[in-house]
Amino acid sequence: MSSAQELPSEDRAKARLGLIMFGLYALVYAGFVLINTVAPKLMGAILFAGLNLAVVYGVFLILLAIVLGLIYSQAASRMETRSAGGAEGAVK
Amino acid sequence: MIYGVEPAAIIIFVGFVVLVLGISFYLGRRAQTASSYFAAEGKIHWAVNGVAFAGDYLSAASFLGIAGMIATAGYDGFLYSIGFLAGWVVALFVVAEPMKRLGKYTFSDALDSAFQSRKIRLAAAISTLVVSICYLIPQMVGAGALVTPLLGLPHYAGVIIVGTIVILIVSTAGMTSTTYVQFIKGGLLIIFSFVLVVFVLVRGFGEKPTDDYHEFASIPVDVSAGQVTGISSARYHVIDQVTTGDDTFVLIEHGGLQNWWHLQPDSDQPDSGRATVEEALSIVKTDDAVLYNGAPKESGEFYSVGHFDRIVVDGQEVESTGPLGPSAFLSTVEQSDIVLFPKASFEHNGAEVSVWYQEVMPGNRVMRPGLKFQVDEGATVASKLNFVSLMLALFLGTSALPHILIRYYTVSSPKAARRSTILAITLIGFFYVLTLFMGLGAMVSGIMDVESSNMAAPLLARLFGVTLFAFISAIAFATVLGTVSGLIVAASGAIAHDIIDNVLQKSTSDAAKVTAGKIAAAVVGVIAILLGIALKGMNVGFLVGLAFAVAASANLPSIMMVLFWKRTTSEGIVASISVGMISSLGLILLSPSFFERYGLDPAQAIFPLDNPGIVSIPLSFAVLIVVSLLTKGVANQVAATRK
Repeated sequence: MSSAQELPSEDRAKARLGLIMFGLYALVYAGFVLINTVAPKLMGAILFAGLNLAVVYGVFLILLAIVLGLIYSQAASRMETRSAGGAEGAVK
Repeated sequence: MIYGVEPAAIIIFVGFVVLVLGISFYLGRRAQTASSYFAAEGKIHWAVNGVAFAGDYLSAASFLGIAGMIATAGYDGFLYSIGFLAGWVVALFVVAEPMKRLGKYTFSDALDSAFQSRKIRLAAAISTLVVSICYLIPQMVGAGALVTPLLGLPHYAGVIIVGTIVILIVSTAGMTSTTYVQFIKGGLLIIFSFVLVVFVLVRGFGEKPTDDYHEFASIPVDVSAGQVTGISSARYHVIDQVTTGDDTFVLIEHGGLQNWWHLQPDSDQPDSGRATVEEALSIVKTDDAVLYNGAPKESGEFYSVGHFDRIVVDGQEVESTGPLGPSAFLSTVEQSDIVLFPKASFEHNGAEVSVWYQEVMPGNRVMRPGLKFQVDEGATVASKLNFVSLMLALFLGTSALPHILIRYYTVSSPKAARRSTILAITLIGFFYVLTLFMGLGAMVSGIMDVESSNMAAPLLARLFGVTLFAFISAIAFATVLGTVSGLIVAASGAIAHDIIDNVLQKSTSDAAKVTAGKIAAAVVGVIAILLGIALKGMNVGFLVGLAFAVAASANLPSIMMVLFWKRTTSEGIVASISVGMISSLGLILLSPSFFERYGLDPAQAIFPLDNPGIVSIPLSFAVLIVVSLLTKGVANQVAATRK
């Protein structure tokens, strides 16, 4: 990752965190696609409140994107503040 | 179908257009620099940019296409919602901040930042143009399709109106006015979709979806060796019958009109000699007339459809549900049986016949994948791979769409780019959850036009009064305006900034660059108008999927590798963009869908999948890696010159 190596450490750390989160989401997304192709009947299984796996997993994927996004944003902002040494903002 | 022209919809739409044009001319009066034309001077607040992202991204395909697809194919339409949203994860975690850090006006800036290669510029600009045009065509066709039912104007008028307004918006203040158009439209779309869903939930479900809903007749008939020999009502006369696939359709005369009915064998005793014919909808096209349910369109024999066969709440069959919460809404559909209207087409006495017949579908099949994408019953390896390929292209395509990428340059910092992306994900995610309720609501509310599912959302709104219908219709137009503006700015940047300025190194002053951008915008706008008129009737959703596949194959591998692989060379990038673009387009032209368009047998298609992503995306990555390794010597020099 040389293009990242010449960057400030905070950018490198953010990029690494981003990649980890991307990997995590990609796994959950791949799980969804996999169940649909390998065991599609499983998608019809009722989980709770009369809702089946297809609906729960689908809405979960949407919510997970939002939640991971917020976590990433918090973490990235903290890194920026820390590297700016408490100086005004992190805008470079 | 015939829809009444709605004056309120016209007034609201005209009001919206006057507002956005007013803003555009106001912003356009200020002295203009290339930075303000292509990137709104990087001064847009992150929150405004976040809403504008939603307005940019939620195209007519999202709003009209997905709602319509859910209304006809159930959960399979929602798969698009999931995939379209998941793509934003790639945008946020991988692409957003580096794109902002490395680029200025276009994504070629970021790709090229380490290389200063005119070949990269040219390749990236061409791929931007190809993806933008693939994406523009369905938007323009959609504009024409909307204007006919809503304003009573012909298709070409809608295309010209939208094209002209967009050219005005873009050529006055470029990205600045485009941003505000998208901001207003994105906000309105989400607010009014939410209002519509609240109305749908409060209304609940009923066995008779609307007061004037058509009563479907079914009549016992006698059959012998598959032939209908008698009908039990003296007022109905059997004229002829046609069997296509597993279904038999019977032409019946009643009250002077001839209509096609669907033969339903006795399920307990198929050989009993008894069966039933069920009323269906038909359109019969001959050389000199088109008959809707046996009569000309104007006589209003054709009606809208969509109802429950049986409504079940907590195991009990009910007539109506009353207001429902979100999860009760979904679980009621899951437990109930829904009547869908699949289409059958055949020839009869030289006429082209299309029949939409009733088919009872258990809710648990509507609420999981399978009605459109064959992954379960009757699935083949190809149909499963096709599904995987689509989901892959949706996941990787969003972050490589040029009109999305340029929005990162309108904010001041990588941090603002990140924040606006998160706001966009939240808003777009919320909207996509709403599509499930709008689509399922439309499916069973007796409002579906079997000829076109694209009007599902506006027609659903009409159930709740003229005002909501007028707003939703006006927003549907505005949706086209917002997305088309973004695409035209992206294409104009590719021409003026990438090709004229950097590849040909022609443009000298800042002002000349703005002028070049405006001329490019007008030219692309005119091309979009012409294509929108020429390709009337083309499937809207199909081309959007195609644009995603090309974007994911041509752009994404370079974007990711330039950020994360130090041995990427400029030759590798150029090869990857070219191979990704050509292979994805080529495979699409050899796909079953296109074979059908050529009038050939889809089963004979050279490439068995409709979605090329699963082949072309890995291929583009592989080409980038191989070519980069082969041109390593150059790479070392580049690495040494990097900052």
